[in-house]
Amino acid sequence: MMSDFFTALADPGNTFLRLALAVGLASSIAFGVIGTYVVSRRISYLAGAVSHCVLGGIGAALWLETVCQVKWLDPLAGALIAALIATFIIGHFGHKKGQREETMIGATWAIGMALGIIFIDLTPGYFNLTSYLFGDILLVSNRDLLRILVLDVIILLFASGCYHQILAVCFDEEFARLRGIRVDFYYQALLGLTAVTVVLMVRVVGIVMVIAMLTLPAATAALFARRLFEMMLLAVFFAAMAIVIGLGISYQYSLSSGPVIILVAGLFYFLATACKTRQT
Amino acid sequence: MHSHHSTPAVSIIDLDFSYRDHPVLEKVNLEIPEGELASIVGPNGGGKTTLLKIILGLLEPDRGVIRVFGQPPLKARREIGYLPQYAHLDPLFPVSVLNVVLMGQLGRPGKKLFSGYPARAKEIARAALAEVGLAETAGKSFHQLSGGQRQRVLIARALATEPRLLLLDEPTANIDPRSEENLYETLARLSQKMTVLFVTHDLGIVSQVVRSVICVNRQVVIHPTSQINGTLIKDIYGGDFNLIRHDHRCARNGHQPHQPTV
Repeated sequence: MMSDFFTALADPGNTFLRLALAVGLASSIAFGVIGTYVVSRRISYLAGAVSHCVLGGIGAALWLETVCQVKWLDPLAGALIAALIATFIIGHFGHKKGQREETMIGATWAIGMALGIIFIDLTPGYFNLTSYLFGDILLVSNRDLLRILVLDVIILLFASGCYHQILAVCFDEEFARLRGIRVDFYYQALLGLTAVTVVLMVRVVGIVMVIAMLTLPAATAALFARRLFEMMLLAVFFAAMAIVIGLGISYQYSLSSGPVIILVAGLFYFLATACKTRQT
Repeated sequence: MHSHHSTPAVSIIDLDFSYRDHPVLEKVNLEIPEGELASIVGPNGGGKTTLLKIILGLLEPDRGVIRVFGQPPLKARREIGYLPQYAHLDPLFPVSVLNVVLMGQLGRPGKKLFSGYPARAKEIARAALAEVGLAETAGKSFHQLSGGQRQRVLIARALATEPRLLLLDEPTANIDPRSEENLYETLARLSQKMTVLFVTHDLGIVSQVVRSVICVNRQVVIHPTSQINGTLIKDIYGGDFNLIRHDHRCARNGHQPHQPTV
């Protein structure tokens, strides 16, 4: 059945499909590397809050654009601003002593989402909410691909340039701080990259499911990896496989691409966990 | 190193610390000379870990002065090797033993972006691993080791910082009795090169190893080992403590009566 998908890929008329595949493969680099960080630091819930706040940013941008005639603000810029604000709020206040980080994350999650819906209500005209919530990889453009590639380069430079610092911060933050590593800088930088990844990936799998692509491939990789960089490489591989197979199945059976990709990634994870549990 | 002997390794004057409204340490006065080998004992929640974290500058006292080698903790931090409490880390984290120990060398000059650690850092890390008897595990994964081995790897990481003061929070947690004895021998050997402070529950064994015992139960009292007896221990632990007598040593050639070390 996947052969139909590959035949379709080769068809010169199907540029949208080839573009979707390229975007998917490019995203798997960001998903795998940032996902490794998200999983090993146990901040998937935080990433979830950031992704849901993105809707608030998109809504606000649409409203400002249509009602207030702020022309320079497009939904992507709005999404990015919202994600960075959410990251800052959680990173800054949630990390402080005496604050319950979990409560802060839950509140940001819900408020961001609610603001988004209200802004969309206030904006006249039709708005395709579903494509933002669940993603549509077949709607991506060349510009999306370019943005994701730029993000990949930044992530790879950061991950390879500061590998040992990131390793130390993820393994034992307190000890890293005692050795004079600027832990807060790395924490904020990695959160910032997580936020940007979430924003760009909303196009691919949507707000609701971006958190799954940040966790499932990396969690699958964690079952096999012996080193942090191995976990990153394996996570990229599992993300890419989920995207290629998911896209193929969704094309073949005319299903929504985002959910199928997530299901494949989820299947990998549960199969790998089952294999691992049997061994031990 | 001899030039430092005039300044104490740690000196604390009239220090108070509380979490919110809950006082943890009160009116602490403490002076630990350089080269000391001392254990920190006391009931759970008595403030042992808090005291270590204040020495490290991770916690700020409400009142009082603390100096480490004559400097405020934040400045002296580089001179301190630290073993955190065991439960604090993810034992499944994908990392090699050598890379864990190398974290002790982070923040040293010579480590540049896009490059690994310099050869000298690796030498220091391997020597630290050898010191805790785990030289052959360098290439293994951290999660392949037993709990006791992991604990010793983390002690090697503390040693790889080339400290003048070594702070160990419950180094014997998760360690079997034989390794525990080895560990105390290692600490005694290390104390010839640096000041060693460690938190422990087992007052019986340590009183043979250390030169003084620091009792932490909101207040801090330091006792030379010669003063340790049942009454004192009851005072510290409120009577719930089983004093295990270790009046003899188990040597390879049979049990011998304990010879007090001079």
